[in-house]
Amino acid sequence: METSSISIKEFIPKLEKPSGKWYLWIGCLIVVVLFGLFALMRQFQEGQIITGMRDNAVWGIYTANFVFFMGLSYAGALISCTFQLLRISWGKPFLRIAELITVSSLVVGAPFILFCLGRLDRIQYLFVHGRIQSPITWDVIAISTDLVFCIAFLYFTHIRDFAKLRDIPDLKVAKWRKKLYRVLSLGYHGAPLQKKYLHQAHDIMAAIIIPTAIIAYSLLSWLFGMSLRPGWHSTIFGPYFVVTATYSGLALLIVIMWIYRKTGKLEAYFTNKQFSYLAFGLVLMTLIYGYFSFSEYITEWYNLTRANSILFAKLFDFSRFGGLEFIHIVFAIVVPLIVISIPWFRTVNSVAFVSLLIVVGLWVKRYLIVVPTLETPFIPIQDTRVEWVHYSPSWVELALTFSGIALMILIFVIAAKWAPIVPVAEVEDVEETAKPKLRFKLTGN
Amino acid sequence: MGKEKKNTNRRKFLQNSLKLGTVLAAGAGSVIAANGNGDEKGSGETVKVLTTDGKVIEVEKKKACKIDPCEPPKGSEVRHGIPGRKFVMVIDLARCKNARQCIAGCQKGHNLASDVEWLKVYLMKDNENGEPYWFPRQCFHCDNPPCVKVCPVGATFKRQDNLVLVDVDRCIGCKFCVVACPYSVRVFNWKKPPESSVPREDYSPETSVPAQMGTIGKCDFCADRAREGKLPYCASSCPMGAIYYGDRNEDAVSNGTETLRFKQLIKERAGYRFKEELGTKPNVYYLPPVDRMFDYESGLKDLPEEKRHIYDDIISGDTQNE
Repeated sequence: METSSISIKEFIPKLEKPSGKWYLWIGCLIVVVLFGLFALMRQFQEGQIITGMRDNAVWGIYTANFVFFMGLSYAGALISCTFQLLRISWGKPFLRIAELITVSSLVVGAPFILFCLGRLDRIQYLFVHGRIQSPITWDVIAISTDLVFCIAFLYFTHIRDFAKLRDIPDLKVAKWRKKLYRVLSLGYHGAPLQKKYLHQAHDIMAAIIIPTAIIAYSLLSWLFGMSLRPGWHSTIFGPYFVVTATYSGLALLIVIMWIYRKTGKLEAYFTNKQFSYLAFGLVLMTLIYGYFSFSEYITEWYNLTRANSILFAKLFDFSRFGGLEFIHIVFAIVVPLIVISIPWFRTVNSVAFVSLLIVVGLWVKRYLIVVPTLETPFIPIQDTRVEWVHYSPSWVELALTFSGIALMILIFVIAAKWAPIVPVAEVEDVEETAKPKLRFKLTGN
Repeated sequence: MGKEKKNTNRRKFLQNSLKLGTVLAAGAGSVIAANGNGDEKGSGETVKVLTTDGKVIEVEKKKACKIDPCEPPKGSEVRHGIPGRKFVMVIDLARCKNARQCIAGCQKGHNLASDVEWLKVYLMKDNENGEPYWFPRQCFHCDNPPCVKVCPVGATFKRQDNLVLVDVDRCIGCKFCVVACPYSVRVFNWKKPPESSVPREDYSPETSVPAQMGTIGKCDFCADRAREGKLPYCASSCPMGAIYYGDRNEDAVSNGTETLRFKQLIKERAGYRFKEELGTKPNVYYLPPVDRMFDYESGLKDLPEEKRHIYDDIISGDTQNE
């Protein structure tokens, strides 16, 4: 029988009776989410005429959000599963944050593609009349598979902590919560065999999720890559999307760790050492991302075809998308390189701030992937409805975007109320057996 | 001939995919089709039919059947297409002067809002030294249609008579086909379409009426009119006779006043297809704007002042956008 250690006790006040401030915070988030639902209802009634999408830019920030949130999700999965498989012990304290990023952004991101549908009431046709030739069907299969795997993984990593919470007799929470902890911990009491099987389950799920995430995000990139359009019809799109996703997810992980460190007084878990290691990983990703972006742009720019030349002129024209392109390049490439690579600038706070800039910059990049290309068809736009030519999001799309962000925060706030944000049992494991062995061995002389 | 017999013959006919050929009574609205299943014993009576390559042959009367194609079919039948037909369009760019009658005719015929254009007339300029020309663009009804490939629910489909149609009862409005089409053909119903006199039950993908909010609409090559042997709205309303419509199997296209041999027309007038390099294999052919009947400025004259500036960039420079 595992005894409740000191470390879980640290988190108990956070799990017990929430303060009035907490309820206020939850209330505000719920209001934002509900406003988004109201906007969605209006869109359902009035049609998509009340969005900013029109004949040319038939997709807008809904699609950009979809790509952005799904990217965060796949990154969270890649990070947590890689750390799990490689037995990287210093990473244990933030693995739960990475897993929560995975599930919350998946839950928030996937509906955004549905908001693009003109006939939400026919959504079941995707299954009834589904055609495997369509990249949308690929996405439906990939995302639903990924969602199941990621929720399963998140649950597996919670089992031991639920068992610990169950075993604390003086835990002051509602009765139904205690009962739920008992059910969800599946009778785990730390027997060696249980421990072994649970560990194996973690490893198997991690090994399945890594390729699933890469496949799913590549399939998502091919929603664009399979189209005969300038800026999209690119062989690099699959890997480019995976790299962008990993980069954005790593940045968001740092931001969330910083928030918990500040507000939850968790300096003991989210230490300077971890921030330095993650910052090193981040700058590595900056270089890889910069390299991918450069090779994407240079090959299309060098011998400009007609369609590409028009697209490029728009992307770097400050009266069109130049401002956004500038934000993307400065936020996601230039500033991170300068701040993280020069020791004088390098602090926990500055790295967290740079990470926030990266998250914003990479959202802008997603917008720049979706909208300018759609506004650059092969046949020139000669629409007599001048106000229909250029895209800008309407209040409905903005409301749903903020509602999505609010929902993601809400999931985090509630999840942190349910179980410690640091996977206590995992962290303890590290202390018990300093280096759990890799089960990957070579034989030979 | 009993109705049941007729139906089996039609099905057989589809299966045999025109082994012998067809006679098309142009304008009469009926088709005599021969089914090429050779293992049935004939009665000896024969009937003369015209094959696709223009030869008159005799087939046994028993194997030939008369099909009345006037009624647009419902259900899955509409996905097969009119047997024996391969619809094509030829547009003579030398004759177009942006009269915009084709657009008006199409909008009226398909009950479209006044600002929704399934058929657009673009001003194009191929290179810096080239002279701008007017370019009417219907749906190209491609043989390798990117829109059909990406549809997740099979709401848009390719038929054996060349047509690419949309079933708005099936469409979920994901707009992926709009993104996939390199010719900006497809139009989304952003708001409620105008009230239609046609009841919802009488909707057919061949008529495209009534439209539904939140789904796709596009040029349907007026399949229902083709069944009746009529020209599409655009071709019949063009005052210049720039739009020819017809059947590749029959090797004939017509603009209402003259009927020409399709292959000969393409051969002699150097007919081409727009953006051949994309590999979509369109079924709309263009005749280059040589020996023009009108200069392009005559197409600007009738436009309201505020709409003329849309074309400024095309006329002044070599840019093809805005």
